[in-house]
Amino acid sequence: MAKLTYDKHGRLLFTKEMKKEYTLLMPQMLPVTFGLMQRLLELEGYKVEVLDTTHRGIVETGLKYVHNDTCYPALLVIGQLIEAVKSGKYDINKVGLLISQTGGGCRASNYIHLLRKALKKAGLAHIPVVSVNLSGMEKNPGFRIRLRVLRRLIPAMLYGDFLVHLGNQCRPYEVEPGATNALITRWSDRLTVMFKKNQGRSKTDMRFQMEQMAKDFAAIPLAGEKKTRVGIVGEIYVKFAPLGNNNLEDFLLSEGCEPVVPGVTDFLLFKIDNRIEDIALYGGGFWKKKLCQIFKGYIEGLQNIMIAAVKTQPKFAPLAPFSELKAGVQGYLGYGNKMGEGWLLTAEMIELIHAGVHNIVCTQPFGCLPNHVVGKGMIRKLKDDFPQSNIVSIDYDPGATKINQENRIKLMLASANRSANSAH
Amino acid sequence: MPIKIGIDIGSTTVKVVLLDEHNTLLYRVYARHYSKVREEAAHQLRQVAERLAGQEVVPIITGSAGLGVSDAANIAFVQEVYATAAAVNTYIPDTDAVIELGGEDAKIIFFGRTLEERMNGSCAGGTGSFIDQMATLLDVSALELDALALKHEKIYPIASRCGVFAKSDIQPLLNQGGRKEDIAASIFQAVVDQTVGGLTQGRELTGKIVFLGGPLTFLQGLRDRFVATLELDEEHAVFPENADTFAAIGAALCTEGVEAMPFEELLRRLEESAAESGLTDILPPLFADEDEVDAFRARHAKAAPDPVDAETYRGDAYLGIDAGSTTTKMVLITPDGGILYSYYGSNKGNPVTILLAELKTLYAFCGDRITIRSSAVTGYGEDLIRSAFSIDLGLVETIAHYRAARHFNPQVDFIIDIGGQDMKCFKIRNGAVDSILLNEACSSGCGSFIETFARALGHEIAEFSTLGLLDQTPTDLGSRCTVFMNSSVKQAQKEGAGVESISAGLSLSVVKNAIYKVIRAATADDLGQHIVVQGGTFLNDAVLRGFEQEIGREVTRPTIAGLMGAYGAALSAKDFTGETGHLLDASALENFTHTAKPGVCKACTNRCSLTINCFDGGRKFISGNRCSVPLGGVKGGEPNLMRYKYEKIRAMTGKGAGDGSRGRIGLPLGLNMYEILPFWYAFFTNLNFEVVLSPESTRELYQKGQRSIPSDTVCYPAKLLHGHVEHLVDMGVDSIFYPCMPYNFDEGKGDNHYNCPVVAYYPELLRVNMSRLDGVRYYDAYFGIHRPKDLEEKAAEFFKTEFGIPKQETAAAIRKAYTAYEQFRQDVRDEAAKYIAQARAEGKRILVVAGRPYHIDPEINHGLDELIGSYGLVLITEDSIDHLVDKEKRKVLNQWTYHARMYDAARYVGTQPDMQLIQLVSFGCGIDAISTDEMRDILEASGKLYTQIKIDDISNLGTVKIRIRSLIAAADALDGKEVL
Repeated sequence: MAKLTYDKHGRLLFTKEMKKEYTLLMPQMLPVTFGLMQRLLELEGYKVEVLDTTHRGIVETGLKYVHNDTCYPALLVIGQLIEAVKSGKYDINKVGLLISQTGGGCRASNYIHLLRKALKKAGLAHIPVVSVNLSGMEKNPGFRIRLRVLRRLIPAMLYGDFLVHLGNQCRPYEVEPGATNALITRWSDRLTVMFKKNQGRSKTDMRFQMEQMAKDFAAIPLAGEKKTRVGIVGEIYVKFAPLGNNNLEDFLLSEGCEPVVPGVTDFLLFKIDNRIEDIALYGGGFWKKKLCQIFKGYIEGLQNIMIAAVKTQPKFAPLAPFSELKAGVQGYLGYGNKMGEGWLLTAEMIELIHAGVHNIVCTQPFGCLPNHVVGKGMIRKLKDDFPQSNIVSIDYDPGATKINQENRIKLMLASANRSANSAH
Repeated sequence: MPIKIGIDIGSTTVKVVLLDEHNTLLYRVYARHYSKVREEAAHQLRQVAERLAGQEVVPIITGSAGLGVSDAANIAFVQEVYATAAAVNTYIPDTDAVIELGGEDAKIIFFGRTLEERMNGSCAGGTGSFIDQMATLLDVSALELDALALKHEKIYPIASRCGVFAKSDIQPLLNQGGRKEDIAASIFQAVVDQTVGGLTQGRELTGKIVFLGGPLTFLQGLRDRFVATLELDEEHAVFPENADTFAAIGAALCTEGVEAMPFEELLRRLEESAAESGLTDILPPLFADEDEVDAFRARHAKAAPDPVDAETYRGDAYLGIDAGSTTTKMVLITPDGGILYSYYGSNKGNPVTILLAELKTLYAFCGDRITIRSSAVTGYGEDLIRSAFSIDLGLVETIAHYRAARHFNPQVDFIIDIGGQDMKCFKIRNGAVDSILLNEACSSGCGSFIETFARALGHEIAEFSTLGLLDQTPTDLGSRCTVFMNSSVKQAQKEGAGVESISAGLSLSVVKNAIYKVIRAATADDLGQHIVVQGGTFLNDAVLRGFEQEIGREVTRPTIAGLMGAYGAALSAKDFTGETGHLLDASALENFTHTAKPGVCKACTNRCSLTINCFDGGRKFISGNRCSVPLGGVKGGEPNLMRYKYEKIRAMTGKGAGDGSRGRIGLPLGLNMYEILPFWYAFFTNLNFEVVLSPESTRELYQKGQRSIPSDTVCYPAKLLHGHVEHLVDMGVDSIFYPCMPYNFDEGKGDNHYNCPVVAYYPELLRVNMSRLDGVRYYDAYFGIHRPKDLEEKAAEFFKTEFGIPKQETAAAIRKAYTAYEQFRQDVRDEAAKYIAQARAEGKRILVVAGRPYHIDPEINHGLDELIGSYGLVLITEDSIDHLVDKEKRKVLNQWTYHARMYDAARYVGTQPDMQLIQLVSFGCGIDAISTDEMRDILEASGKLYTQIKIDDISNLGTVKIRIRSLIAAADALDGKEVL
């Protein structure tokens, strides 16, 4: 075990010595994107493992170590990490935990503290917890996201969204099962090699690579009639993580649907935009605003490249820019609505409906506070404004059973099919 | 044309219908499946085998439990709400809406412009199973419940959200002598409220409404409540024939494109799938074999009271009674603690009658050889029983249990008691109760829970619990509340789990619920070294074994586990030094009479629903009151800072120092408005607005706005806002001002200064969901109270644009508003200082109620402050003492202003010997999942007790009483005062 050092508030630090010896475990959320990020961190000399465990023991562990009224994602993320540490697969004196921290008025910003409490309860307080955030919270000498890494991570996130966006449109129709996933893996490998050589991250490079990707996906042999498209929105963890949403995408595929999952780039843009809007609403520093605008402009520039690349293959549904999502939510919520997924969640639903995806599953952990307003709270107005919209709100929870959730989704799908039939 | 077969497999029943080519109903059947889903479906089909032999049929399955059968048997499936809509379209085409109640689902379908279908979320009772559960509680069948309801006189408010909540409303009503007829009708009303409130979500239920499903077919009382609530006439309330099989009929109508097959093929597929076993998660078995069971039972038989020959004993005896929520227990002991006589039975909804009979039997048994020297009573029904039979002593349950546990294990350091309705755990340190944990209304999982399931599966409880002992594959059912458990069991059944595995699984889930949810323990050492387990539920060997396995330690379970409350009461009666011998004697029992009448207290605006119990000889017991006024007490006894603040806040209405020339502006008094009203009141009156406050919160006000609530799991304080805003619209104010405020005042005490997401954004939710706000000037703009200088500027812009007010005027008003707010805060602190001084002068305890500003609303706290006062405690609030300690870093992210105040208040309480703290938590408050553990840590680190009270729309203060009394008793014990 490395020497344990603490900061002035008694927080255990992840030291440079630990960086050499320790394996960092991180919970799974976005399989494709996190896979890419793992490889990037490995390039920086970290040993990283994304946990793909899915068994019931994770929930049990979560229930044991986290307050049961805490939201389901916290329970799963912490359950998954602690279960892994206790599984015997890792040297518990040479393992650290990596967890993202968003900040903001939602209880999710407390995950990292709950994780530390849980570790203490499990007698594992010597395991360092590393926060990954863009707000400068909790610094560690042995873990620093340098500008170089950021300049890789952000393109990686966009590549991830791009692969998912195209993959989702191919998978339901692929002639050879598994062809889409194989292509995603192939591209993930290629991107890693490129990043190692500092390639693939300039705008020109990204445009070129994404157009290549689009070409490759367009070449996957597809067959069959167009299926019912179903949008997935919601609290970020249960929206994306198969562990959180009981494999919602697989279920929709098995029901003969094409899942449409808005990506994570908009979420990052949303979080940066919040800072700019905060200053507009309440006042604040000019330079802070300027800096955020530059950062936002950089990502929006990359997003435009992605949007243009999708357009090169007309068979794929286009992507909307962040600015369009933001404009669409006017009349529903103010831009000050930023906790959790905030106005973005409603904006995504509106954008899906505009794009012809009228059937939407709105996912949230049971009792999710922001979603009372931005999810469930907006469905009635959406129905009034877009009578063809067909939205079902599903709660996820350790006690909620799959059968209950699936029955409700089936009801939504039955209505979807009826609308489709009456339209013919 | 082949015959169409619709098979509807619900959570509790199977429905099969046959339709011919003209969609004429040829045959129908409705049967309970007792969890044997596939077998029963196949069985019902065999009933029509003769008729269909050799024919082609078109089968289709629907229903919540039908999904699995359809997959396994490869038969077409249609979602049941969809099927129902199809049937209604065909048979009753001019329908506007359908309400269908099933075993565990409630559905509403709206026809009209667009079809909308709604199902209850995963957390919503108010269905057939809920009615069954409630009937069990009243010890009647569902049909008897219906008969009772038809004879009701009044309706009690019963929480309509989920079965568990309703149960905790009904239990006290029963124990306090409420009439079964009224309770039965109230249960149906709760179902109606749940359906209407929970499922309409802003759409009006009008026009022609069709009622479907089993409960609405069989229960006239339920129909009546629906018709009365929705104000329907005969023409608009349709109860069609075959309403219980409509989904099956609808499914049969959806067979277009479904392949036809020989009837025998259908039967074969169903039967083969019935043989398949499922793949549910499995837990380790409880016992490997019979020998293990025997050794286990022998070990536990050792913890028994002293043997005594009850038939020949002569001398003194002491009586203990535990009037529990579902059961009544009674023991008579010798001075050595030997048991002479005991009784354990269901109180069948009427503990007085049960005890009357039992006391008569007891006197006959005693004859002239045994003299009852003194008597004591504990439990839910303590007050009622004490008045009814003139019992000498009443004591709080926690203390009674500790007395009993200490008798069996003097070193006991942890007690867990799982009774019929509640769960109590307490740690013992230095011979005193140190930490008390009670189950929340949502985490039932107690004895009555297993019993209800046992009955639903067609077994008696005693037999049911032994079924699982030797099962080698217990089903993993999770560890949550009853409503969720219903669907877990449903899923297990679907996957083919047998009743033995479900029995073992249920026992284990009770154990896990207790350990992880109530106690929140991670290891056995979090509990203690010497653990005593008790309560009727632990007589179930499966639960006991599961508990020992889960914590990995042997525990003491007295053979009289179910009688421990009564036994402890008897021990206390024995040691009681006060005046004794009041217990009604045998002749007095002969003349015993008891009548219970409903009434309403008119002493204040609370209008408490009372139950007035009168006994012979003028003994009287009134329940349902919150304060002591109806009992002859004086209003406003002890200093009470919650009331002080509330009255101050409510007075902030009108023109103030201004002239009101800028019009009437409405402010809804709810959520953070309770904190910030002094600010906005000063602001608006300085600008010459007349401030119009929404009225005091009441249940009626809540119901007024209930239909526009989109999320039924949001907290009650938020839900109340719908009624407040609706009322302001009715009052015809010129505009309504309810700003969004993600940020709170920056008091510099935490890592940030947020409001919770609900407080922050609820104004926007209201705008979008309340159609009555269309055309009203409703301002939900964002304001940043945390940056005073910027706020001057931002507000100036806003009020210039919206009201044409000169900017300097607004800026000046903002400055005055900050001053007025600071003055209000200071005033509250000064008042608290007075109370503290007074308490110290009079030697009274001080209780700090820590919560949110809106918890001072009497409709939210249900008069809890009055109750606290009635125990002689001086009440102050967290915001009156939080300034007395310096900033300190917390182990959690301390980013909400209201949390930061609570943490600081708790730290201050830790330094004051005569102060205790209770934390109020609104049900559904997600961020309090963070604060409660932290508050506990802070208080326990300074040797204080942590008490949490969860509040919802239920006005049941029963569990609150237990907590407050236990807190007082424990604090007394810590101070070295004698405790009874």
